[in-house]
Amino acid sequence: MSISNTSSPSRRIFVGVFENEKDILGFTREVTARGLKIIDIYSPYPVHGLEQAARFRPSRLPIICFVLGLLGAGLKVWFEFWTTAINWPIDVGGKPWNSWPAFIPITFEVMVLIAGIGTVIALLIAARLYPGKPAKLAFPGTTDDRFAILLEEHDATFDADEITRLCRDYGATHVEERTEEVN
Amino acid sequence: MADVQSSMRQPWILGDKKLIDVSNDICEILERKPTRLWWAAFLASLTLLVAGTGAVIYEISVGIGTWGLNRTVGWAFDITNFVFWIGIGHAGTLISAILFLFRQKWRTSVNRAAEAMTLFAVICAGLFPLIHMGRPWLFYWIVPYPNFRGPLWVNFRSPLCWDFFAISTYFTISALFWYIGLMPDLATIRDRAKRGWRKKIMGWLSFGWNGSCRTWTRYEIVYLLLAGLATPLVLSVHTIVSMDFATSIVPGWHTTIFPPYFVAGAIFSGFAMVLTLMLIARKVLPLENYFTKRHVDVMCKIIIVTGSIVGLAYLTEFFTAAYSGNVYEQFVFFNRAAGPFAWAYWTMVTCNVLSPQLFWFKKIRSNLLIVFALSIVINVGMWFERFVIIVTSLHRDYLPSSWADYSPTIIEILTLLGSFGLFLTLFLLFCRLLPMIAIAEVKGVLSFGRPTGCSGPRERPLPEPPADPERELEGAAV
Repeated sequence: MSISNTSSPSRRIFVGVFENEKDILGFTREVTARGLKIIDIYSPYPVHGLEQAARFRPSRLPIICFVLGLLGAGLKVWFEFWTTAINWPIDVGGKPWNSWPAFIPITFEVMVLIAGIGTVIALLIAARLYPGKPAKLAFPGTTDDRFAILLEEHDATFDADEITRLCRDYGATHVEERTEEVN
Repeated sequence: MADVQSSMRQPWILGDKKLIDVSNDICEILERKPTRLWWAAFLASLTLLVAGTGAVIYEISVGIGTWGLNRTVGWAFDITNFVFWIGIGHAGTLISAILFLFRQKWRTSVNRAAEAMTLFAVICAGLFPLIHMGRPWLFYWIVPYPNFRGPLWVNFRSPLCWDFFAISTYFTISALFWYIGLMPDLATIRDRAKRGWRKKIMGWLSFGWNGSCRTWTRYEIVYLLLAGLATPLVLSVHTIVSMDFATSIVPGWHTTIFPPYFVAGAIFSGFAMVLTLMLIARKVLPLENYFTKRHVDVMCKIIIVTGSIVGLAYLTEFFTAAYSGNVYEQFVFFNRAAGPFAWAYWTMVTCNVLSPQLFWFKKIRSNLLIVFALSIVINVGMWFERFVIIVTSLHRDYLPSSWADYSPTIIEILTLLGSFGLFLTLFLLFCRLLPMIAIAEVKGVLSFGRPTGCSGPRERPLPEPPADPERELEGAAV
């Protein structure tokens, strides 16, 4: 089979399509063990263990969530203190101006609000999802009942025939090679 | 690695479905024309909504005097309905967040509908404080924004202010959680649709979702984070609602048991409402293979637990009042059980304490008609619980000279019916426009309790990463 020319602006992509969660999981482990470069894997539902099998980097979104939550809570405590004790202190029922136990509920709510909204926005940015984005499917049916894996035929050692055989052995229903423009 | 399956594990989805069957079964509900039954239900709900809207417009244009409220009973139907609807909403978040953290796989069949129910119930709930204000056009004064009145800030020590923050946060986070979960399913609908408005709208709403593993990884992390945030949130919301009462010094309200008691009651009533709606949906749509008798069974068990906590709370309240030596507390509770509203109190006890205990019997849990009837009984009971707490505590206050009676006017009753109309109208529209069951999540549990994944034509053991890939390949080449 043809081997891609690394100097051209396009790249060769190998596509394997499976019907079963276990098949794609097994095949992914196999190609990872061989050190092939996985571009991405597409599935109709989250297949557990697939991202570890493909050695994708774990998401760093929890850090964003934690930092935003801390920030939201901190800002809210400061704001409550500033409004009730500094900017315009009003005696309500003889309670102290800086009645911090009464500030806890709203501080908690604002922490959750900022962390929640921020995490979702971070997800949309990180995954490049936005309203109206045209969907680019790797293979028809990957949002329905097909599992597709995209491998980059990155160098001369990529033997497409061999990978095709391997793919078929794992029960692939469809195998193809594509050329894609690299932008 | 061989397939290890515990005999304890039984599939949650019946009918030996394949992946494509799940998409077909759930999307076909949206793709076919609405039935006559749907139209009848929709028109009936819409009528209630219109009647309720009329009542609210009349109330706002004339004033709160159109309600049966008086100087002593300053809160009644309005806040009863508010607490009732907020409580209904809690089941959705419990199913979507708390059961997710507990890895309860059965939640996948109900979480979408329950979350939608949460959103609609919170919308209904939010309306009541608004129309209760008298001058609802000034509602934005609750937002702490720099203003020309000083700036005069809101009172952050007031539970009513906490309530505003709690409910708006709850609505926002629930909506985000729901929408994030919806994106993969909207993409499924988009890719099934050939052309036309559905493909366009779903294409826009699905944010270009294509099922990429990198996105799924992030999605799952965000789902987990939102579940982690929503779990304390849902507990905090009803805690804060209960503090509206508990921080005041009205006998019958001023108790520390209120937060756990309210939270348990909220989950209790919410589950009853989910059962009411899902039992109709499974029969009409039909979704019998997805919402099975086992789902009903586990939900009934949660109702036993929360119902028993509620029953225990009622007893504790009475014991505390009797033991406190506080004559006002003792009078209020005596008055609840034997005073002018004793009928409401005993309705509440019958519906909330006695009726859920019937679920101890397997025969009753598996008779869906009885479960359906009991779910409605529980909701009636939970509405009366809020009514009893609010009205009986207020109508006999410290000064016997200001004791009063309370009865709702037709405007209040129409407003309550209107809120049901709003809730049901929104829910019926949801059933027609969005997938009622989380397609992607159900696909994920499809193989649960089955010897092999049911999606493939062959049975193939899951290979371990091979130690020697060369040998593996030689075997394959032969």
